[in-house]
This record gives sequence, C-alpha cells and structure tokens, in this order.
Amino acid sequence: MANTPKKGKSRVVRYNKWGYIFLIPFIVVYLIFQLVPLFTTIYNSFFENYLSGLKQIGPNFVGLANYKEIVTNGDLIKYTQNTLIMWVLGFVPQIFFSLLLGAWFSDARLRIRAAGFFKTVIYLPNLIMAASFAMLFFTLFADSGPINTTMINMGLISEPYKFLEHAAGSRGLVAFMNFLMWFGNTTILLMAGMLGIDGSLFEAAQVDGATSTQVFFRITLPLLRPILLYVMITSLIGGLQMFDVPQVLTNGKGNPVRMSMTLIMYLNNHLYSKNFGMAGALSVFLFIITGILSLIVYKFSVQDNVDEVKPKRNRNKN
Amino acid sequence: MKKKVLSTLLATAMVAAMLAGCGSQAAAPAPAAEAPAEEEAPAEEAAPAEEAAPAEEEAPASDEGKVLNIYCWNEEFKSRITAHYPGYEEVDGTTGKIGDVDVKWNITPNENNAYQNNLDAALLAQADAAADEKIDLFLVEADYALKYVDTDYTVNVADFGLTDADLAEQYDYTKKIVTDSNGVQKGTSWQGCPAIMFYNREIAKEVLGSDDPADVQEAVKDWAAFKATADKLKDAGYQACSSVNDTYRVYSNNVTSKWVDGNKINIDKNIENWVNDSKALVDAGEAGTHDLWSDDWSKGFFKDGKVFAYFGPAWFINFSMSCDQEGSVGIDGGWGACVGPQSFFWGGTWICGAAGTDNPTLVGDIMKTMTCNADVMKEIVQQDDDFANNKKAMAEMAASDYTSKILGGQNPLPMYMEGAEKIDLSNLSAYDQGCNESFQNAMKDYFNGNASYEEALDNFYKSVIEKYPELTQ
Repeated sequence: MANTPKKGKSRVVRYNKWGYIFLIPFIVVYLIFQLVPLFTTIYNSFFENYLSGLKQIGPNFVGLANYKEIVTNGDLIKYTQNTLIMWVLGFVPQIFFSLLLGAWFSDARLRIRAAGFFKTVIYLPNLIMAASFAMLFFTLFADSGPINTTMINMGLISEPYKFLEHAAGSRGLVAFMNFLMWFGNTTILLMAGMLGIDGSLFEAAQVDGATSTQVFFRITLPLLRPILLYVMITSLIGGLQMFDVPQVLTNGKGNPVRMSMTLIMYLNNHLYSKNFGMAGALSVFLFIITGILSLIVYKFSVQDNVDEVKPKRNRNKN
Repeated sequence: MKKKVLSTLLATAMVAAMLAGCGSQAAAPAPAAEAPAEEEAPAEEAAPAEEAAPAEEEAPASDEGKVLNIYCWNEEFKSRITAHYPGYEEVDGTTGKIGDVDVKWNITPNENNAYQNNLDAALLAQADAAADEKIDLFLVEADYALKYVDTDYTVNVADFGLTDADLAEQYDYTKKIVTDSNGVQKGTSWQGCPAIMFYNREIAKEVLGSDDPADVQEAVKDWAAFKATADKLKDAGYQACSSVNDTYRVYSNNVTSKWVDGNKINIDKNIENWVNDSKALVDAGEAGTHDLWSDDWSKGFFKDGKVFAYFGPAWFINFSMSCDQEGSVGIDGGWGACVGPQSFFWGGTWICGAAGTDNPTLVGDIMKTMTCNADVMKEIVQQDDDFANNKKAMAEMAASDYTSKILGGQNPLPMYMEGAEKIDLSNLSAYDQGCNESFQNAMKDYFNGNASYEEALDNFYKSVIEKYPELTQ
C-alpha cells in the first residue's frame, strides 16, 4: 500500500518533467519575441527618442510626456473611431453571410452539390496578399478606373465618383475588402461549429415540426455561441490591428481628411520617423484598448450563457 | 524503455535544434561578415597583378572593392549610366557591371520619406558594414540635399579627384546647394532644373488660335492671365492643367521664407496664394486634384487626355511624359514650351560619394564622366531631352540647330539657360520634401470640399510633426 502511491507519484513527476521540457521551445520563443518586447515597449514609451535628420535625439527620460501628448491632441479617439467603424462595417455583413453560408453548407437536407468547390471559392480571397488586393481595388476604383468608366457608360452617373475622396467611399471600400477577404475564413470556422452540433437535436426538431428558421434560431445559434464568441474576439483584435488594406489603398495617408486612418497606420507613421517614444506610448494605449474591448465582448457573451442556463434549471426544479 | 530513449532523443534533438537556431543567429553573422573582407584581400591582390601584366589600361578597381552600392529613388540615374557611362553593362533590373565590379542598385521610392529613411539607416550602419555592403554612392534631391551635405556622411568631391577646372562650367546654383557650412562641395549634378510650362500644341491652336510659344506665353504671362485662359479652356472642354499639384512648385519656388523657422513650421505667403488660386481652379472644374505621378494625373500625356499644360523642368519630358508610347502627345512632337506665369525650378539629382566607400576611384570616375564631361552632357541633351549642367556646352547647343523632337522642333535650351541663371535657393530647408508632400496632400481635402482650410492646415501640421518630431506648430 505504502509503495504503490509512491511509485505512482514518482511516475507522475517524471512525466511532468517531460511536459516541461517539451514546453521549453514555446516558452523561450515567447520570452524572447513577445514578453521582452512587450516590456521594452512600455519602457521605451517613457523616453524621448527619435532621429532628427541623421542626428539621434535622446533617449531622454520624459516621464509621461508622450502619453500626455497622445491624450491631449485628440487623435487617439478619432483613429479608434475610424478603426471601429470600418471594422463594424466589414464585420456585420461578414458574420451575416458566414452564418447563412455555414447553415446552408452544413444542412444535411439541402445536399448542396459541389460544396467543396464553393467552399474553396469563398476562401480564395483570403489567399491573396492584402497588399495586392488593396492595390487591385485602388486601380479598379480610381477616378478613371474600370468601375467608374463602366458606370458612366451604363448611364448610372455622369461624373466619375471619386471613391477615395469621400469618407463613405474609402471607408466602405476598406470594409468591403475586409469582408471579402475574411468571410470565407469565418464561414469555415462557423461550419465546423455547426457540424459539431449533435445531429439528433436537428432530427428531434424536425420530428416536432420545426421550420428551418426555427431550427436555426433555436438550436444552431445558441449551440454555436462558443465558436461565435471566438470569431467575435479574434475578429475584433484583428480589426483593431487593421493596417495593410487601408494603408495600401490610401497610400498611407488615410484619405480623405484622415478619416480612414486606423490606429496601426498612426503607429506606423511614428515608427516610420523612428520616433520610438511616441510609438511606444501609442502601443501601450492600443494594448489597453484591445484588452478592454475584448473583456467587454467576453463578459457579454458569458453573461448571456449563464443567464440562460439558470432559469432553465429553476424551471426544472419547479 | 524504448519509449524513454526515444523521448530523450526527441527532447535533446529539439533543444539542440533550438539552441543551434539561436546560436547561429547570434554568433554566425560576425564571422560571416568578416570572412569576405579577409578572403577578398588576397583574391583582389592576385587579380590585378595578373591583369596588370598584359595591359596597363585605366582599371578603376585596382585594389578597391568589387561591389559598387548605389542608393537612389528611381530609374533615372540608372538609365543615364546605362546609356552614357562607358563600360557599363546591364545584368538585370537591379544589378550591372563595370569592368569586374558589380554595380548594385538599391532603389527606394521617395514618397513619404521612404528613400531618406532607408538611406539614413544604411548610412548610420555604414561604419560597421562589411566593405561590400557599404554605400559607395548615393543620390540626393534639392528638397533634402542640405540634410546630408552638412554631415560627415558625405565627402568633398575634391577627394574623389574632381578639380575646380572640372567643375568650372557647372551652374553655380548646382554647386551651392551641395556645399556645406564650411564651404566644401560634397556632391555634383549632371542636370540643371530650371522649369518651364509645356503645353499641348493642338489645344493651343484650337482655343488660343496659335501654338507659337510667344503667343501662348502672352496668354499665361501671369496668374491672372493663366486663370482667364483656364476659363477659355474650360468652355472648350479642356482642363488648364491635370492637377493643381502641377502648379505647386511654381509657387513654392517663389517663396520669400523657409518652411521651417527655427523649429517652427512656417507657411509662406506665396504658398497661401497657391491654395487660393488652386481652390478657384478646382471649384471651376479647370484642374483636378490628382496626386502627381498617379494614373489619373498622367492621362493628359495622351491624345485623348484633354489637358492643356504641365509644368516641369527638362527631366520631366524624358521621365514623365511617356513620349515613347503610341498615342502619346509627345511621340508626334505635340508639345510646345514657354516660360509660363513664373519661372521656377524643380528637383534635380546630385551624386554624393559616401564616406567610407571602398571604391573611391570608380565613384570619382562616375562623377567626372557623368557631370563634367562636355561630350556626355551634350549626348544627354540630345538623347534624353534633359538640360545638362554645363554652361559652355549648353550655350553651344542653344546657338546650334538643335531642336527637340518632342517639342515639335522647338529649341528650349535658351529658355532653360535663362531660367538657370535666375534660380535662387536661399529659401530651401532640410525639411522641404516632407513639408511639400504633406501640404499638397492635406490641401487636397480642402480643394475637394472635405475639409475647411483650417482643418486641412491642422492635418498638415499633424502629418509634418509625425514625420519630423522635433518641429512645432
């Protein structure tokens, strides 16, 4: 008796050791490429440190001056708004079409032909580099580009519509591109979630005479919540870090009137002039914003789950 | 047992691979970087010794580096070297050969200070770079020449063997601009950049009744006349110029103060004039707001483009106007040239030798051949419609029967020569490129009605301070 637990214990310890050893590569890479840069970024944000011409200024310790500058010039709020607006504009259609397509593809009754082909096609835009995709749209939607020429020839408009010189135009294009690039990816994630739902639930619903709309809203959607939450949070973080598409589309200028300038484009402007202090402070703000928004999304979704489960239990008891 | 052995093996393999990965990153580059330098020394000594025996011709790269690194922002200098430097062979898009020296072109576009940032990073690393990685030669533009000339990263041209006699025929302004605060000249240029107005002859005939340069000049002799002509052009369905950014340099080169005063950003009265005149042009539909070099902007170089005039110096013809393309205005000599509302200059490219170059003889020879040799200068004018930086050669050609095919048989050289003498560079600052670019971009929102003048101005300040953190509003 006394021997067996000892043996068992030592075996556990030995296996634990291997677990740790296998974790070493990740930990080391994480430390070097993630954690250390994270802290040096915060450290750098307290310094005045940039290149003036070919002359290095600083690093001089300036305390919270960089933070103060960012808060007082009001740009942070403006660019956060821009970023979120463009993210929402792209995310709403994205989640709508993904749910629709996911439901169709995973519905056994529909038996869509060549589903594999369509799944590949909707995923394809994601394979194109964002920069080339943005370049393509830039050319397509130029003042005298094919889209304008076609619309004029069809008699829809008489003057070319300058897409990139209207806030709606350039923000809309960015959102549309993000939607096109990411809805395939989201569809596949949601489809995986839908296929993971127990088929007997659908059958039971069918037997009870539920319509497909009812099945979707009463069964698919509630059970898809964890995956939806995952999609929401990853997309939000991805959205806050939106950079390549608007950067290339507007040539880094965020035209018009900096209305399509995202947070990361702003960060890039500072990094471009090697202004590490301001860039560091801005990164810290970004970190905080991302954290808060993710928490909010997470809180909301988890709260809903708990609320729904609780009354059900009460009902059972009664 | 087997399992244990296997797992030990796997784990050690993984850790070893990881350490190896880290190790090679940290340790490997040092010997790798030193090695070529050490290896090369004997190799190079051997090579010239062999070569020297059969023929003792001028071999610029005797005991010098085997790689010539050139930093620039577009293809212009490369095409000049390809066409006019004896012995240059093109290998592919970014490499060439002069004798047994490899020429490496490092081309980064100018926009948004990309070229300068890239060059800065390379110059700051110059001291530690391996001999073959060091910048040997780089190009600068008038907008930011000062930034480099007044540092130790550029070298007196005399050190590369250029004598005062070599430089005697160059225009004074081209020397002044690359002279540092101690009076040392640090660069040299093959071109002069007095700029003029190019107009579409057919449109001039139709609207103004004549395509004679003197008549056209009368119609655009000042900005009021230019606006009146623009109104006429508008009625006939043409635009006066493709974009208001075309006229920007005409105003910005006639300023009376610098962009930056101390550390404060300063907006000159004449820049404000540009804003007001341009707003009027845009509102009347007489000019667009396209970015320079964009597709929409370039439409006017072709016959159905409906653009009356572009403003530019001599390099503009060869570099921008697509005159070698079918359907372009220039291919049949459809352009005419006149001075325009105000004379101005635009750009210009200077060759600077980098401190620490391992190819000083070759750099010196390129400078001498490309900027001091009168025959090469004349060749450049004839083949590329450029205006070369040699007073005597230009005076000879201006008096000769030289005519430009693209300009419909006109000889523009007298106009350029007159302009070159007038060029005044006293109001240049090291921040010009960033300020000019940001200002045009910010004002675009004002012209298009997306922002008020104050909002646009505010965005201009923001953008400039992002580029140059040391400046204040």
